Amino acid sequence: MKILVCISNVPDTTAKITFTDNETKLNKNGVQFIIGPYDDYALARGVELKEQFGGSLTVLHVGEADADPQIRKALAIGADDAIRINAESLDSYYTAVQIAEVAKQNSYDLILMGRESIDYNSGVVHGLVGEMLDIPSYSPVMKLDIEGSEVTITREIDGGKEILKAPLPLVLGCQEPIAEWKIPNMRGIMTARTKPLNVVEPVSMEALTAPEKYALPAPKGACKMIPASEAETLIRLLQTEAKVL
Amino acid sequence: MSVLIYAELDNGSIKKTSLETIAYGVKVAAATGDHAVVLAIGSAEKRELEKAGHYGASKVLHASEEKLKHENSLAYADTLVQAAQQEGSKVIILSKSGLGDAVAARAAAKMKAGIVSGVTALPEIGETFKVTRSIFTGKAFAVTEIKSDIKILVVRKNAIELDESSVATVQAVVEQFAPKLADEAFKATVVNVEKASSELSLTEAAVIVSGGRGMKGPEHWQPLIDFAKALGAATGCSKPVSDLDWRPHHEHIGQTGIKVAPNLYIACGISGAIQHLAGVNGSKCIVVINKDPEAPFFKAADYGIVGDVFEILPRLTEAAKTLK
Ligand SMILES: Cc1cc2nc3c(=O)[nH]c(=O)nc-3n(C[C@H](O)[C@H](O)[C@H](O)COP(=O)(O)OP(=O)(O)OC[C@H]3O[C@@H](n4cnc5c(N)ncnc54)[C@H](O)[C@@H]3O)c2cc1C
Repeated sequence: MKILVCISNVPDTTAKITFTDNETKLNKNGVQFIIGPYDDYALARGVELKEQFGGSLTVLHVGEADADPQIRKALAIGADDAIRINAESLDSYYTAVQIAEVAKQNSYDLILMGRESIDYNSGVVHGLVGEMLDIPSYSPVMKLDIEGSEVTITREIDGGKEILKAPLPLVLGCQEPIAEWKIPNMRGIMTARTKPLNVVEPVSMEALTAPEKYALPAPKGACKMIPASEAETLIRLLQTEAKVL
Repeated sequence: MSVLIYAELDNGSIKKTSLETIAYGVKVAAATGDHAVVLAIGSAEKRELEKAGHYGASKVLHASEEKLKHENSLAYADTLVQAAQQEGSKVIILSKSGLGDAVAARAAAKMKAGIVSGVTALPEIGETFKVTRSIFTGKAFAVTEIKSDIKILVVRKNAIELDESSVATVQAVVEQFAPKLADEAFKATVVNVEKASSELSLTEAAVIVSGGRGMKGPEHWQPLIDFAKALGAATGCSKPVSDLDWRPHHEHIGQTGIKVAPNLYIACGISGAIQHLAGVNGSKCIVVINKDPEAPFFKAADYGIVGDVFEILPRLTEAAKTLK
């Protein structure tokens, strides 16, 4: 089995988000970057499947060199090699074009990634890549099992879940509880240093969208505290003051 | 030309979030001087689809083939693209959901269309076409220009104020739409669909009552469920609660769960970790009930009660029953 796992490099979930350069750039100062939490689930399941079936597991990231520590971490967790497309990821479409290009040259059985990256929250890259490769894509996938060439997927749908069977190859957007996050062990960290991380130049394309500026939400007003002894008044306030009931 | 809006169906009628998306699309069409056409895929009664007219759409294309019964982003995207070609649509609008994103993505790749997901307001249309979207899980916004000829917007809940009182009683014209569908789109077989159909879906709910580890265990959920019932609310939970299997996974709200944007979110025994807040910061009003006055959730709340959920919830339920 040939598996590709696409990872994003995103601010830690607790990071305070601010912008610089006239609100046109993310202020990376003091921000810790991590593998996207959903991508981490995809990676964990990818590693398990490789252990089960053999084959190869490649991680792919579209982005600049500051992501290399996160890519090394993915190698330490169990990927065999890595590809970094050396380009600023301009938008979902651009990223998907780069991923699809690599996929076309390597014919993977399974392309896994998170259901969305937690920076732009778009959740469209798996669908775009699937269409560009002309293969099915499913998301968000909570369970993934393979028997022969048949894949059984449980995916979340509005208010429930759907179980389906599909043939390989597939593109899947993953979320918990598909696997438990894996923490690299010492041996993994040592071997990751010598695993190949291939830096590839992007295919050139003009982005279809262009970011203009960023903004922070208006600060929240103070919380109105209601004494526990008068809890019932909450209902009236919600109805007459907040007008949400 | 037209603005094409994809409306999701549930149980034969247009989902509430999609009605909002239709109203959004109608406003975009008014700004671009086009008319708004709705595409509905799956089975539905004609009179349910006609309701799109109440929100300003003139026409509904209905693709109702049996094959399209199950959510199938491949076939749905095919259908959407063919509808867009028939109607000469330059702007295509969908609701933010797993299905909406999937259909939008595949359609974008087919049409080389710029796609922006998570749009939170009406576009600014002039020399350029700019949209505002939510990024960093609600911690910030981005203004993005879409430069391609065909533009695809995936719109979040509450992107516009939907004033139900201004809803007209005009019916939309419903036309059958029969797309050409490739066999490749039907390679997967649906084995089973588990839908808690009696429950209100979290993404659709106007009010959500949500419980955290402070609820102590699954056997203690009844007071929360009773309160939710009294308010006609959906129930949600924090991640540890679903991790511990106290509540089903589809109730898990937050950064790694469902993102909700109800009018009212009531958090019971949830501390307010940043990853939980990330899933609820689109809510109009937040109420926090927690016995710890230092719980971080109070900083993100509009109303707060410091107290024991098991003492407070039954009293709120009684008070809620006297509503209306
Ligand atoms: C990458 C990542 C992603 C994550 N994603 C999510 C996510 O999507 N959603 C999510 O929810 N979490 C997420 N988390 C976990 C998050 O950090 C918190 O651990 C979690 O939200 C805490 O859940 P809780 O508030 O239910 O529990 P606790 O933090 O244990 O809080 C329980 C609260 O209940 C109160 N309490 C106890 N007893 C009572 C009582 N009798 N009456 C009233 N109040 C009481 C306590 O004062 C406390 O504030 C994520 C974490 C990471 C690292």
